[in-house]
Amino acid sequence: MSNKDYYGGGQQQYYPPQGPPPGQGGYYPQQPQQAYGQQPYGQPYGQPYQPQPPPQTVYVLPAGALKNVAALPGARSTTLNAARSLPRVRFASTSSTSSGAFESFANSRATLASATLLTVGSVAWYANLYGTLPFIGEVHANSPAEEGLHPAHYPWSHSGWFDSFDHASIRRGYQVYREVCAACHSLDRIAWRNLVGVSHTVDEVKAMAEEVEYEDGPSDQGEMFQRPGKLSDYMPPPYPNEEAARASNQGALPPDLSLIVKARHGGADYIFSLLTGYRDPPAGFEIREGMNYNPYFPGNAISMARVLFDGLVEYDDGTPATTSQMAKDVVTFLHWAAEPEHDERKKAGLKAVILFSTLTAISLYIKRFKWSVVKTRKIQYNPPVSKH
Amino acid sequence: MSLANTFYNTLVRRNSVFVPTIFAGAFAFSIGFDLGITKFWDSWNKGKQWQDIRSKYVEQD
Repeated sequence: MSNKDYYGGGQQQYYPPQGPPPGQGGYYPQQPQQAYGQQPYGQPYGQPYQPQPPPQTVYVLPAGALKNVAALPGARSTTLNAARSLPRVRFASTSSTSSGAFESFANSRATLASATLLTVGSVAWYANLYGTLPFIGEVHANSPAEEGLHPAHYPWSHSGWFDSFDHASIRRGYQVYREVCAACHSLDRIAWRNLVGVSHTVDEVKAMAEEVEYEDGPSDQGEMFQRPGKLSDYMPPPYPNEEAARASNQGALPPDLSLIVKARHGGADYIFSLLTGYRDPPAGFEIREGMNYNPYFPGNAISMARVLFDGLVEYDDGTPATTSQMAKDVVTFLHWAAEPEHDERKKAGLKAVILFSTLTAISLYIKRFKWSVVKTRKIQYNPPVSKH
Repeated sequence: MSLANTFYNTLVRRNSVFVPTIFAGAFAFSIGFDLGITKFWDSWNKGKQWQDIRSKYVEQD
């Protein structure tokens, strides 16, 4: 590497210096004299370094000159033939020919970055839209029918970033669960106390819990006894054990619904589609006795029959109890059961995003502020004076 | 500039004043920030939270 590389190579340089450049008092190019904070020092990020046009500005190694050194020997950093044959193409923008302008456009980092972004973005968009990468075939062991119909996305009232649960819907959903689902499905991980302050008042929940008998004990005589439920008791299961549940449902086990929204692919959308998706099987679809056809269920044959029909329950707030309304309410309730922390989580997340983004911005500003001295430093090289 | 000087001379110059200023500022900011976020949250989710529908059910008893 010769000295030429250190001085920006491609430009014509004079050595030793020919005196100060016209209009300037010294060897340094004119510098902005603003105070800190008004304008960032040094080269703006993301833009290639443009050398100063006057040929007399020697001895100055401005910030960003190392990028020139890296780019010059054979133009390693690019694979374009034009750039390889023309190492000075970086400075072609100073010439006014049209081909130079085109080459500087074609070789610019902005063009490279935008073309890369376009490619990656279109592939990602295709993959998001169709589920597979373009031009790459896939083989599946299951047909789409065997995996179940993909549920549509429904506009849940709590699906936004800042949206809490609709607690009136949770209350109606609990009523649907209690009157319909609880005949077969347990809700093991929800206690009565969890409903307090979410969908019911404490007096209502106490009254509901007292209607259920729980086994407790042992007593002073060492015997178990029955007592009315308390707030700390968990929701009563419909069957004492799994075998009893299977025996009552032709061998099929009704799953526990505490975490069902988290436990099923598609979540709330899937459960809503399943509850409202019962229909007659298409022609030629063999379905066993006791099974029901549902296109959203993997395998399309589900043991649970359709349970939600219009007017099945009577809401105490006067909402019309249509099938889709009950399904929406019970899915909202089950979503709350799976994520009781949902509201607090979103609220805390909002605070965290605001605080951490502010702190990040402050950190970046302080970093640039502290580094501005280093970034704008000029290195002056005094060549050894010839002794003869 | 005089404001910066006043700020420095009253709060920053003595460490015995500076540290309590930071603590009190953090305390006040956390309360104010919480109040602001809660206000936004309640207005954004108006009518959906339990506190909005609670009055319909406590008066029955």
